[in-house]
Amino acid sequence: MARKVLVLGEVRDGSLRNVSFEAIGAANLAADGGEVVGVLVGENIQTLGNEFIQYGADRVITVEDEKLAQYTSDGYAQAVLAVIAAENPEGIIFGHTALGKDLAPRIAGKLNSGLISDVTSIEEAGGNLVFTRPIYSGKAFEKKIVTDGVIFATIRPNNIEPLAKDESRTGDVSSLRVEIKDLRAIIKDVVRKATEGVDLSEAKVVIAGGRGVKSEEGFKPLKELAQVLGGAVGASRGACDADYCDYSLQIGQTGKVVTPDLYIACGISGAIQHLAGMSNSKVIVAINKDPEANIFKIADYGIVGDLFEVVPLLIEECKKLKLNV
Amino acid sequence: MNIYVLLKRTFDTEEKITLANGKINEDGAEFIINPYDEYAVEEAIQVRDAQGGEVTVVTVGNEFAEKQLRTALAMGADKAVLINIEEDVAYGDQFTTAKIISKYLKDKDPDLIIAGNVAIDGGSGQVGPRVAELLGIPYITTITQLKIAGTNVSVTRDVEGDAEIIETSLPLLVTAQQGLNEPRYPSLPGIMKARKKPFEELELDDLELEEDDVAAKTKTIEIYLPPKKEAGKVLSGDMSEQVKELVQLLRSEAKVI
Repeated sequence: MARKVLVLGEVRDGSLRNVSFEAIGAANLAADGGEVVGVLVGENIQTLGNEFIQYGADRVITVEDEKLAQYTSDGYAQAVLAVIAAENPEGIIFGHTALGKDLAPRIAGKLNSGLISDVTSIEEAGGNLVFTRPIYSGKAFEKKIVTDGVIFATIRPNNIEPLAKDESRTGDVSSLRVEIKDLRAIIKDVVRKATEGVDLSEAKVVIAGGRGVKSEEGFKPLKELAQVLGGAVGASRGACDADYCDYSLQIGQTGKVVTPDLYIACGISGAIQHLAGMSNSKVIVAINKDPEANIFKIADYGIVGDLFEVVPLLIEECKKLKLNV
Repeated sequence: MNIYVLLKRTFDTEEKITLANGKINEDGAEFIINPYDEYAVEEAIQVRDAQGGEVTVVTVGNEFAEKQLRTALAMGADKAVLINIEEDVAYGDQFTTAKIISKYLKDKDPDLIIAGNVAIDGGSGQVGPRVAELLGIPYITTITQLKIAGTNVSVTRDVEGDAEIIETSLPLLVTAQQGLNEPRYPSLPGIMKARKKPFEELELDDLELEEDDVAAKTKTIEIYLPPKKEAGKVLSGDMSEQVKELVQLLRSEAKVI
């Protein structure tokens, strides 16, 4: 069933986030031959429209205002609701990111619509758009459909393939004027802490540390390995509770759920709560002194040994690999 | 200050998930206060202790949720409200829950509503923002700090690891992120007192809602368990050889680096 589907693009540091390209991929599945319309909200974003089209949007609508320079739910909700009113779509896709999680429920609520959050795959079955999503932090999955109103979905990063970039693709980039009313919440300051480069939820490689890391200092080799592999550092609850790192790094049933291509668990025993947050990663490597550790039961590859011996060796080997490429 | 906490009863994080007749099997499972809602209860108590007022804990669910509500009362909340939908709603979703909670809160003049940012069972994180939207008040999700002076509020919000400092005002809904506080354990005197604290049970009728008003906007058509992951290869031999082998395997077999 052909549908018109909007995709809210997300801009970080002047570029579109990878999850936005995945969202275009998702929208192409959802549109089922219908039109995919990219939506960009912010300030000075006109130039990003063409890239959105090269990744598969048919056309792009931008809403620009100085009040939209930073994300706030008040500002963005006004902008996106105005686009929805002008376009009258059957569906709208967001990334399941801090922004998407904050904004999508509000807009779906406003429009009395159903929203399916944290989607990992989309298929067309029997005239319905069927969304698959993890529940109980990945201990189970459910398939859902929207039965009333506009179809809203947020998609989990790293799960739905983006379309290949096609630089010959062209399409219309138009702007919509929206009068943005006063914002009820104002961002005074942003303190950058955890995200040195790669975002944990979007990272293709995650190097995670547990109690075995022993101290804040102990995370250093993990950070270096993450840097060599272009990945991000995560942690178990044990490491966070022991104050070795910030809670923003926590992976598990509480904390983040990640699905990278490669997950390297260093000194993590593998409590059921931690496994919930990472067991759907594509390839899992476990490094632990205890051969009986639970983590080995779900690891594709395991090394029984001291992480402070193994990780530096791993850094050296991976560096060699990069030199040989 | 009139403070409300939105609380959900969830599976204990220790529980393994099994299915019975295509549904999550709840037989014999342990239930807890959703961990993020525990932060919400703790924060509400701290705000009340600093500013005065009253903390009311609200749940939409069935009779079994009384246990989790009593725990919140034992922690120090003042009142509990159980909106029991067991008999009226066969299948609900986040729209259903948000509609019911917002109808309940509509005439209560809440100054501050605190919820968890996500429940660890359904994992959608929708109910907080939906309730705020239906009440027409601002909201801030995933907060790690809350400071209130008069009606001015300064909030620190976790945004994928970065921290946003946000200024806003009451009335306000916030959702709790890990790191907001350290939830207290109920004390023995707290548990004794909780038995005598006001506990109200409501049904849709009491809120002048019909089943149709809260009918779900989504439907679950299948629940399944992920394929069991088999243990892989544990390497052996000299450590530097193991590491070399691992890198080779990741490169040529798994093709991830």
